[in-house]
Amino acid sequence: MDILIISKNDLPKFIDELIKKNTVFAPIENDDTILFGQIKKANEAKLDYLNSQYPPKALILNQTETLFKFRPGPKGDIEPIKIDEKKVIFGIRPCDAKSLAILDCAFSGDFKDPYFLTKRDNTVLIGLSCNKPGVNCFCTSFDDSPASSKYVDILLTDIGNSYYVEVTSDKGKNITKGASKFFKPAKESDAKAKTDIEKKAIEMIKRTQKTENIAEKLDKIFENKFWKEVSDSCVGCGTCTYLCPTCHCFDIQDESTLTKGARIRVWDTCMNPEYTLHASGYNPRPARKNRVRNRIYHKYNYYPKNFDVIACVGCGRCIDLCPVNIDIIDVVTSAGEVKP
Amino acid sequence: MMENPYEPWLATVEDIREEVGGQRPIKTFKLKFKDKKITDNFSYIPGQCAMVSLLGMGECFFAISSSPTKKGFIEVSVMKLGKVTTALHELEPGDTVGVRGPYGNNFDVSGWKGKNLIFIGGGIGQAPLRSLIQYVVDKRKDYGKIDIIYGARTSKDISYKEEFAELEKRKDVNVHLSIDVKEDGWDKFVGFVPDNLLKVKPSPKNSIAITCGPPIMIKFVIQNLEKLGFSEDQIFTTLEMRMKCGIGKCGRCNIGNLYVCKDGPVFSYKELKNIYGER
Repeated sequence: MDILIISKNDLPKFIDELIKKNTVFAPIENDDTILFGQIKKANEAKLDYLNSQYPPKALILNQTETLFKFRPGPKGDIEPIKIDEKKVIFGIRPCDAKSLAILDCAFSGDFKDPYFLTKRDNTVLIGLSCNKPGVNCFCTSFDDSPASSKYVDILLTDIGNSYYVEVTSDKGKNITKGASKFFKPAKESDAKAKTDIEKKAIEMIKRTQKTENIAEKLDKIFENKFWKEVSDSCVGCGTCTYLCPTCHCFDIQDESTLTKGARIRVWDTCMNPEYTLHASGYNPRPARKNRVRNRIYHKYNYYPKNFDVIACVGCGRCIDLCPVNIDIIDVVTSAGEVKP
Repeated sequence: MMENPYEPWLATVEDIREEVGGQRPIKTFKLKFKDKKITDNFSYIPGQCAMVSLLGMGECFFAISSSPTKKGFIEVSVMKLGKVTTALHELEPGDTVGVRGPYGNNFDVSGWKGKNLIFIGGGIGQAPLRSLIQYVVDKRKDYGKIDIIYGARTSKDISYKEEFAELEKRKDVNVHLSIDVKEDGWDKFVGFVPDNLLKVKPSPKNSIAITCGPPIMIKFVIQNLEKLGFSEDQIFTTLEMRMKCGIGKCGRCNIGNLYVCKDGPVFSYKELKNIYGER
């Protein structure tokens, strides 16, 4: 790992340099909402932000994505598309970067998803540590840190007059080497500054989800009335799933005119009853209870069973924006306390 | 570039056979890949499935209802029920569909060698069983006694009528057909499939029972198999769910942590008892 620093004066110059050679996405503020978007100038990026409203997962698992084009109908033909998008995501938070590593599990395996995995390979993640985590942040519940460099290619941490730069991968090295004039080796005092800032940030996280042995605990309470109780207030809007950086469920639809068409994949939500509705009219998950339970189990039981990792990164978005205040920290912690 | 599992291969509809007419018709489509290389490389085992699509209408996941012992084509049997299946029913020979697969696990055709096989099917549920029946009949010497119990609502609703007639002629296969309600000219069993199973009364000794049909039928078939002394690892079924990707990514077909498309669709009753989750 290369440990460097970049001065605050040089950072915008470095970003502009990046923009010259790459398609760069960064957090942008628009009508009080922060979203990741393509930037053409360094000053468009908003770096003193808590987190984007949508996770930057949307840049890899696009909300809508063309799988291929076709000529429709019973005499139709297929026209494949190229998957060759390359980009740099600047300013991604460590939790959201981790979510991409979690999604890698679902999109690799026996059947490799070329859309997700190619874009993932072609994307450089330049992370930005959270110096001031939000009220509903709980990444530390998963032994992670708001200043973790584990899942990014480069991590920047604001240490006052400069950013502490941890370059963790070859992809990251290519970037810093290509712009070496902006970087200086870090001193021991810089490393100490980062450690202090990380420690302070961790202390600012006040909420904890109890996730110890949660998969095993959930195994025993699938039929418990607890799931009815926690889902009673759910309105089934699906906001939690669309905002979740680890939710990956999608629908595939054909969209076509008489002569042209495309098979499209779009984000879907397990909160919709139609999500599991059979053509026969039978629905294995007919009630909110079934659907809320499935969402929690997918993250805290099924994913750990299949991939040995909890599919939650503690970003807190679903808590911040649930219209009826369903709080995944409370739900999971209380589930762990339910007597089987 | 890596292989793209979402991109179907094009196939020509070689033949369409109407199995059942009426309100909920069933047709069997014989499909031949346009690229001979795909035909040669598309190797599957009974129980496996394929995604079949009509470009512009969408895709559905079907059990491959033909056997790999029949070379050069695959067949799927489709009940007209939703948007895609309705469009498929409008196709004519010579039309083009998309096919990708094979997907899912399969019946244990090697592990069951030497065993007696009891097939218990109802309605369109016969489609996956048909693949295995064709397979074991084509490799008849490898398997023990074969009993096929199949029922439909009326005699008109019986799928694969000609094939059942052919099977009934064989001395090495026992076919036990039934219909739910009495009809003139029907001299076979009248009643539900689980009751016909009790009447046929297959012995559990060295046997495997494979059942597929409506969920309510499967439920009572399993109860009756247990009454006849079958243990939970002698009973197999194949399940269906709403699916979009067929490769364990889109999320909706899970029962607990297992995806029916990828980890199923074939499950032993023993496995099903030990996984919880909506089904």
